[in-house]
Amino acid sequence: MTTVAAPYAGTALDRVDGPEKVTGRARYAYENLPADLAYAVVVQATVSRGEVRAVDADSVLQLPGMIAAIWHENAPRLAPVEDAELTVLQSPRVAYRGQVVAIVVAETLESATEAARLLRVDYRAEPHDVELRADHPGMYRPDHVNPNYATDSELGDPDTALAFASVVVDATYTTPAQHHNPIEPHATVALWDADGLTLYDATQSASGVRATIAPLFALPPESVRVISPYVGGGFGGKGAPHAQVVLAALAAKQVGRPVKLAATRRQMFAVTGYRTPTVQRVRLGADEDGRLSAIVHEAFEQTATIKEFAEQTTVVTRMMYAAPHRRTSHRLVRLDVPIPTWMRAPGETPGMFALESAMDELAVACGIDPVELRVRNEPTIDPERGLPFSSRNLVACLREGAERFGWAGRDPEPGVRRRGRQLIGTGVASSTYPVYRLPSQASARAEPGGGFTVRIAAADIGTGARTVLTQIAADALRVPPAQVRMEVGDSALPRASVAGGSSGTASWGTAVLRACEALMAALHRRSGDVPPGGLEASADTAEELRSQRPLSRHAYGAQFAEVGVDLDTGEVRVLRLLGAFAAGRIINPKTARSQFIGGMTMGLSMALLEESVMDLEFGDYLNRDLAQYHVAACADVRDVDAFWIEEEDPELNPMGSKGIGEIGIVGTAAAIANAVYHATGIRVRDLPIRLDRLIGGGI
Amino acid sequence: MRPFAYERATDVRSAVAACAAGTADGAGAVYLGGGTNLVDLMRLGVVSPGVLVDVTRLPFDGIEETAGGGLLIGAGVRNSDLAAHPLVRRRYPMLAQAVVAGASGQIRNMATVGGNLLQRTRCSYFQDVSKPCNKRVPGSGCPARRGDHRNLAVIGQSEACVATHPSDMAVPLAALGAVVHIEGPGGPRQVPMPGFHRLPGDAPERDTVLEPGDLVTAVEVPPLPFAARSRYRKVRDRVSFAFAVVSVAAALDLEDGMVRDCRIALGGVAHIPWRADRAESALRGSPATEAAFAQAAAEELAMATPLPHNAFKVPLARNVVVRTLLDLVEAP
Ligand SMILES: Cc1cc2nc3c(=O)[nH]c(=O)nc-3n(C[C@H](O)[C@H](O)[C@H](O)COP(=O)(O)OP(=O)(O)OC[C@H]3O[C@@H](n4cnc5c(N)ncnc54)[C@H](O)[C@@H]3O)c2cc1C
Ligand code: SF4
Repeated sequence: MTTVAAPYAGTALDRVDGPEKVTGRARYAYENLPADLAYAVVVQATVSRGEVRAVDADSVLQLPGMIAAIWHENAPRLAPVEDAELTVLQSPRVAYRGQVVAIVVAETLESATEAARLLRVDYRAEPHDVELRADHPGMYRPDHVNPNYATDSELGDPDTALAFASVVVDATYTTPAQHHNPIEPHATVALWDADGLTLYDATQSASGVRATIAPLFALPPESVRVISPYVGGGFGGKGAPHAQVVLAALAAKQVGRPVKLAATRRQMFAVTGYRTPTVQRVRLGADEDGRLSAIVHEAFEQTATIKEFAEQTTVVTRMMYAAPHRRTSHRLVRLDVPIPTWMRAPGETPGMFALESAMDELAVACGIDPVELRVRNEPTIDPERGLPFSSRNLVACLREGAERFGWAGRDPEPGVRRRGRQLIGTGVASSTYPVYRLPSQASARAEPGGGFTVRIAAADIGTGARTVLTQIAADALRVPPAQVRMEVGDSALPRASVAGGSSGTASWGTAVLRACEALMAALHRRSGDVPPGGLEASADTAEELRSQRPLSRHAYGAQFAEVGVDLDTGEVRVLRLLGAFAAGRIINPKTARSQFIGGMTMGLSMALLEESVMDLEFGDYLNRDLAQYHVAACADVRDVDAFWIEEEDPELNPMGSKGIGEIGIVGTAAAIANAVYHATGIRVRDLPIRLDRLIGGGI
Repeated sequence: MRPFAYERATDVRSAVAACAAGTADGAGAVYLGGGTNLVDLMRLGVVSPGVLVDVTRLPFDGIEETAGGGLLIGAGVRNSDLAAHPLVRRRYPMLAQAVVAGASGQIRNMATVGGNLLQRTRCSYFQDVSKPCNKRVPGSGCPARRGDHRNLAVIGQSEACVATHPSDMAVPLAALGAVVHIEGPGGPRQVPMPGFHRLPGDAPERDTVLEPGDLVTAVEVPPLPFAARSRYRKVRDRVSFAFAVVSVAAALDLEDGMVRDCRIALGGVAHIPWRADRAESALRGSPATEAAFAQAAAEELAMATPLPHNAFKVPLARNVVVRTLLDLVEAP
């Protein structure tokens, strides 16, 4: 561990769980092997819509090592809940290809895999519809968009403003479906005993899984324990429980033994969520100086027939730039497709690709530098909510980023810079992410033998949460981090919010800090004397959060990209990426940097590579492995760097921090697309920016 | 569990006998090289052989010089070793470059020359047993033709199959006219490339001319002094660890600004590593200029019959042929 001096918040403390991870002692969900463990493997629908007519269990039950085959006819009944993703094996309906229609349980993984392959399922197929189109007749207006924003917004008269604007950009952008692909596939080990149900699960929220799963089995929450100390990445895909958690519990119940169920990489392309594809139309109206008079941003996206997930794609546009006349909307169509979900910065990620590409188009149309254009349209208050910003340093990020990137003197002319056989270009885009804080509880305990234990059911999904919370606790307890034992990832610990919405540090940090403060007060009352049984204090932040002032709270950033585009092949290489961020106080520069550049790397991957290809004939995502679904490899990521601007914002939380887990991916794809335009003169409005879009575009 | 037998062959004859025996009793025996393709396909259920005859311990893991300056490359040579061999690098730079451009370091350490030559297409329908595919189940249909075929063939495909051969290594081998040494149940024989891989025609289930039980023992690369001036250019979506969208292997023999001789083969465009005969004959004796290269490429690609989503491969292949030849003129 690095030795650093107090205060520990703000220092680059090494990950406190680093040694566990590199020595393999950190135990992930899949690695739990309770006695008498049985293995479950799912059987996935091979039609995209229809009904299971019959399951021929006899075809597999006599195989060696088989324990059970479970399908809708013999599955234990689940209590009816609203979320149809979770009421698995309760009906013969098939809502999408790849949906789980049966599960087989065997003594070994190999036997179960083979039985799942051989199990004969007979379907009645119906014609399916899996194609997202903006003009789909089934487009409807959802009641709200994720998590709870208004579906539409309108201010002033955007149509008239557009009609009278001197410069208008009107363009349609598309983003494809994308899958999270964390390195650790989803896995659950389920175990029933006299106390109820124990789940070893790979999740971003032990408390959330408990609260969601308990009612399905008609259990009080206390009877479900979710243990998840280490998680190998989530990106939102493990934010809420998917079918596999319920299936594991249901199978364990049916066979009366502990059951392990792990999704394979290929299965994850159907059953553990993805980012919806989007079609987005953006219209910007401005005067000759680039001052916006109107912004209209409309998104068209898909959801499944059995569950609505409405990505909040255009919500970001409601506060990004000043303009008197504005409109945003979301329309959804229910298709026979797998169920979309949160994926790193849902909403902002696809939305800012469109908005920030359109801003670049406006800069070109007005002949204004794209950094300058953004500065010129900086609002003084949140334009749609009418609230002051708690802090907003977008301009500082743009200016400081431009300075460090070497933006000054950029020739705006597209397609004129050559280095060998590459066309070279640079681009910029803004970044942003809202500040969320959710109620959480924590406890802090002074141990009789010295040292402290701090408990909270937070999730460290690889972000460094355990480390950062240790720093916050150490400062509050006025001891070095080595004296703090941080326990996370267990629903038996004080209830915590999800590792999502970049809210972890703010939400859990507040609870940890308050619990530590309460403990310090209690210790003070006892003049520092720790009783033989130890001394414990706890905190619940629900009240504190309710009294928060209404303000517009967001983190901001600016991303700069330099690309080289091969003249002969259209291959795009990102030569340089620089991110400038203003995200409140940075509690650990080391883990923060890895979040920023990790997000930017994922943004690069989204810009150039990632696309889940829907097979229109069969209705599933085709490229279901990492050889076909391309995620950036090391060689794609040459020079990615990030820095941050010191930002004091007393209106956030006691740590003064904003979330940093998601902002890094926001705007990256636009910065790269804008750089590709600058390099080639070709505007690519459809992601990913593959070479065929440039060869076809006449490079 | 799906049981299969595993046998480790120690000499060529017994390997062939083991494979033939497995085939005769209906259990289906196949050779196992590094397993980097075969084992994946077994996991996917695309193939389910009854016997795996491991040929990686056979004594064909060396690279020898042949009379006249060629090389005899054992079928068991690991891809990494092939790419690193000093004589391969000196005499046939495009071969070393092609191998290194393929897969990842870990896979190249496992993969063998024989297995690389015989790897199966990456067509995603072929890999998904829940869907039809003429190559996997003859007569079941070819959904790629109307579905996703961005990565598939633009030349020489058939109604039955539009798959591509995914190997990088095979492309320079086709350009070099390598000869595949085979030991079969009926004895040894040799098949030159091109000619080893098959166009799909109406039997796409057959990738090559190999008969059941045939063992590839070596690949002989004939002497070709001018191949010292050769290059492999691979175009791909991801910078590394991605199959070729299009690739070109080319060697140029120049004299006084004229092309005395040349070799050109294309990858990623056909069911076979595509030897560009027409381009070669157009170029022999012509000036080594961009215009001549473009003309030659156009003649070759005139036979292309692309599908809606892969038409871009035609101009792409043209550009890459021209650029690779120009690069060879400019810097050997
Ligand atoms: C993720 C990934 C990415 C890849 N990327 C690339 C790439 O970019 N470019 C590229 O070229 N390749 C790529 N590959 C493929 C790789 O090159 C092949 O998997 C490898 O070369 C196969 O060699 P092997 O020895 O492992 O063959 P195996 O998997 O053992 O066998 C392959 C086939 O050859 C047969 N066989 C093996 N040896 C013999 C023999 N001596 N005689 C007769 N039959 C034999 C087997 O029966 C089997 O049918 C990639 C593979 C993966 C998994
Ligand atoms: S292209 Fe060939 S391999 Fe692909 S689906 Fe058609 S027949 Fe099968």
